[in-house]
Amino acid sequence: MPTLDSRIPAGPLAEKWTKRKADMKLVNPANKRKYTIIVVGTGLAGASAASSFGELGYNVLNFCFQDTPRRAHSIAAQGGINAAKSYQNDGDSVWRLFYDTIKGGDFRAREANVYRLAEVSNNIIDQATAQGVPFAREYGGTLANRSFGGALVSRTFYARGQTGQQLLIGAYQSLMRQVELGKVKMFPRTEMLDLVVIDGRARGIVTRDLVTGKVESFLGDAVVLATGGYGNLYYLSTNAKGSNVTASWRAHRKGAFFANPCYTQIHPTCIPRAGEYQSKLTLMSESLRNDGRIWVPKKAGDGRAPDQIPEGERDYYLERKYPTYGNLAPRDISSRAAKQACDAGLGVGPGGLGVYLDFSDSIKRLGASAIGERYGNLFDMYQRITGENPYQVPMRIYPAVHYTMGGLWVDYDLMSNLPGLFVLGEANFSDHGANRLGASALMQGLADGYFVIPYTIGDYLARGGIAKVGTDHTEFKAAEAQVNAQEKKFLSIQGKHTVDYFHKKLGNIMWENVGMARTQESLEKALREIPALRDEFWQDVKVPGIEGEFNQELEKAGRVADFLELGELLATDALQRNESCGGHFRSEFQTEDGEALRNDADYAYAAAWEWNGASKPWTLNKEPLVFENIHLQTRSYK
Amino acid sequence: MRLTLEIWRQKGADDAGRFVRYEHDEVSEHMSFLEMLDVLNQKLIEKGEEPVSFDSDCREGICGMCGFVVNGYPHGPQPLTTVCQLHMRFFHDGDVLRLEPFRAKAFPIIRDLAIDRSALDRIIMAGGYNSINAGGPRDANSILVGKKEADLSMDAAACIGCGACVAACPNASASLFTGGKISHLGLLPQGEPERKTRALSMVERHNTEGFGGCTVIGACAEACPKGLKLDFIARMNKDYLAGTVTYREGAAGGGSG
Ligand SMILES: Cc1cc2nc3c(=O)[nH]c(=O)nc-3n(C[C@H](O)[C@H](O)[C@H](O)COP(=O)(O)OP(=O)(O)OC[C@H]3O[C@@H](n4cnc5c(N)ncnc54)[C@H](O)[C@@H]3O)c2cc1C
Ligand code: SF4
Ligand code: FES
Repeated sequence: MPTLDSRIPAGPLAEKWTKRKADMKLVNPANKRKYTIIVVGTGLAGASAASSFGELGYNVLNFCFQDTPRRAHSIAAQGGINAAKSYQNDGDSVWRLFYDTIKGGDFRAREANVYRLAEVSNNIIDQATAQGVPFAREYGGTLANRSFGGALVSRTFYARGQTGQQLLIGAYQSLMRQVELGKVKMFPRTEMLDLVVIDGRARGIVTRDLVTGKVESFLGDAVVLATGGYGNLYYLSTNAKGSNVTASWRAHRKGAFFANPCYTQIHPTCIPRAGEYQSKLTLMSESLRNDGRIWVPKKAGDGRAPDQIPEGERDYYLERKYPTYGNLAPRDISSRAAKQACDAGLGVGPGGLGVYLDFSDSIKRLGASAIGERYGNLFDMYQRITGENPYQVPMRIYPAVHYTMGGLWVDYDLMSNLPGLFVLGEANFSDHGANRLGASALMQGLADGYFVIPYTIGDYLARGGIAKVGTDHTEFKAAEAQVNAQEKKFLSIQGKHTVDYFHKKLGNIMWENVGMARTQESLEKALREIPALRDEFWQDVKVPGIEGEFNQELEKAGRVADFLELGELLATDALQRNESCGGHFRSEFQTEDGEALRNDADYAYAAAWEWNGASKPWTLNKEPLVFENIHLQTRSYK
Repeated sequence: MRLTLEIWRQKGADDAGRFVRYEHDEVSEHMSFLEMLDVLNQKLIEKGEEPVSFDSDCREGICGMCGFVVNGYPHGPQPLTTVCQLHMRFFHDGDVLRLEPFRAKAFPIIRDLAIDRSALDRIIMAGGYNSINAGGPRDANSILVGKKEADLSMDAAACIGCGACVAACPNASASLFTGGKISHLGLLPQGEPERKTRALSMVERHNTEGFGGCTVIGACAEACPKGLKLDFIARMNKDYLAGTVTYREGAAGGGSG
């Protein structure tokens, strides 16, 4: 059985990364051009890794399914990126960022990884600024900060409401420079459909050219997956339409362990769903909670317009329950509180599935133009979607699936249990434990790509032992045959229902049974319904068109087929974890006042699942989480 | 509500293409434009017909992947709005809507409304960056940037690379896109060292990619969903001219090309 060695360096927490870097083998600069690194993904994690590899002199093959690398879903991040700069002189430090992140993750992440993340966070801001990322500034010319959930210091850097876009464009521009220099070869509109493992090492991928349909193999000395999150398992999420699990899942089927899939983040502030046809949910950045107050009417079924409800008849429930953090309580807690209010019949808007996010106090205090300066583009977006003006009426918001803390298991070097396969960004499981704090995913993606992987991949390559093979190797041929066979199968079924029909059904099963609150009963129900739906999909799906051409339905079919397997694993993981922590809330395990009840004695481990073949149960491997520097305690934001 | 759609259908670059009429009677005012097309496609697939190909990803107006022409307007008639953020409450029962791809020599059609905009990437490749490597930069606050310059730079950086400006321009020029990038970087002290060479090489690449020259008609700025201003083209021209003077003695300044 493969081992789960996290390879965390020994020694004091603050010296681990320095020590690890000192112990690494280096590749001779003149030899770097002899190595080829495959990078799948061009989001913050992929673009920063690919451009850094190019700068170091490696040959890079870089893939994405969008028409240009600049459109990876990192582009949609609105709010900001954390760093421990302590420019505000408000008591921040590397230690405090580390501690907030570990605590925010409900003590289910590795200390060493999170500490390193906090340590390199400052370099990211320097790097991005030098690239020309137009961060918000104060009048004196210094960088501005704002606050985010789960922190009492102001450490979030931002570029209007478009932080992810600007950071990604910064990384994309560096990447384009390497493409021009010939170090990176870019393959847009190309989807990875299989991982090729030879002699136990990841050696390449099989892809489909989404324009011509051509199936092709690529060989490398190492493969890096930076393929993002899989929140679209739930059909409706804040992710882009194309976001999917396929790259990770196919790697999982080739032996890479999938860790902690049950930790899904449901974001508290999204625009509620409007109808059956809804194709995605739109996030309203958490930064709005700096100036917006969340409330519901105190009386169930109160049909009055919000401005007709007097102060005394409103329940500002986050401020009431969590006086210290108030509207800035972490996401999992805020989402659950919204669900509790709506379950109690206090919700507002169509179907009672919404709570108010009200800016009237801030507008009175600061003026509409100051609020517009901070959140103008979000207010405009809200108005375009709902037809309501949030300067005049409170926004209506409701929780939606947003981020996946789980992902492929990686060690301290970000390498999976398959040698040569590295996983970065949202696609791995490493840094956020059971819940991610706002503004820390951008930080993680860029930390992984600019400041961690350039070192650790060098160590892997320098240690040698990578055999000389070609894409004519039988493993490549077998993977290609598999990809071709699956396409033919999809096109031949010609059943009654579209791919979206099945995807929506799956999303519904997941949301109802494996959503914000889970029970043994609901999970067992999901575990009956998902395999049945999967069987129906393989018998009754209708995929139009032919192979060998641009075929968006065929693309979707492959992704939904993988979601139909992932859903089962997610429910399996949620069922074995008999505790509540972060984004995993089991109704059976809660305190008297409804807070998550962790069980550190039995569940302080990362669950790394091993694939044993279709329709066979997974094997659970456990990586114990060892806390040497912090004291495990019940999270309190009161 | 009920709509008549006339949609450009084209199998590939070599196919001639034609408009096809569809009657769509399952439209709700709360739908986004793309959700309206999703519903149409579901019906087409169930009937055994080919769904309409169109690109989209974020559906939040930020990735720039969506984009086609609605009744002559790139991204549709609502100002400052990508087609994924356009909602059906903007239209009326009985409307006839004509949908066609962004048309330009530099944007070959892939299928129906989906096009190839990789020429825009190649303009960035020519110099749309600060040439620095990861690891070197000093403390971010050691570079001070005035709030006004930072804000103006952000205005220019807001471009999503959708190509609507090209589709709107009678010359199929990508000057607003190119000028946006040149202004974003050129307005910041970090971008100053390469300001002129950047303008020189990006404008030249713009021209060799087959985009037309700018004759200051202004249709691009009207179509731009992110509100980029014509001033950014003026900045580009200024930096380009300065570049030709400094770096290409004797070569006549050709304007925005
Ligand atoms: C609406 C929204 C707002 C957010 N706001 C914030 C915020 O304010 N602060 C914060 O810190 N975080 C935020 N997040 C989270 C954060 O944006 C993401 O977690 C992060 O950007 C993910 O980056 P990534 O590089 O891992 O993946 P992505 O940016 O998703 O990139 C994935 C890449 O992989 C490619 N890819 C995937 N599968 C394949 C395949 N099979 N073949 C080829 N290519 C493939 C895609 O083309 C893409 O290039 C937000 C997320 C959302 C959805
Ligand atoms: S300048 Fe405006 S219209 Fe042109 S590509 Fe950028 S965002 Fe689109
Ligand atoms: S789909 Fe991203 S901008 Fe429209």
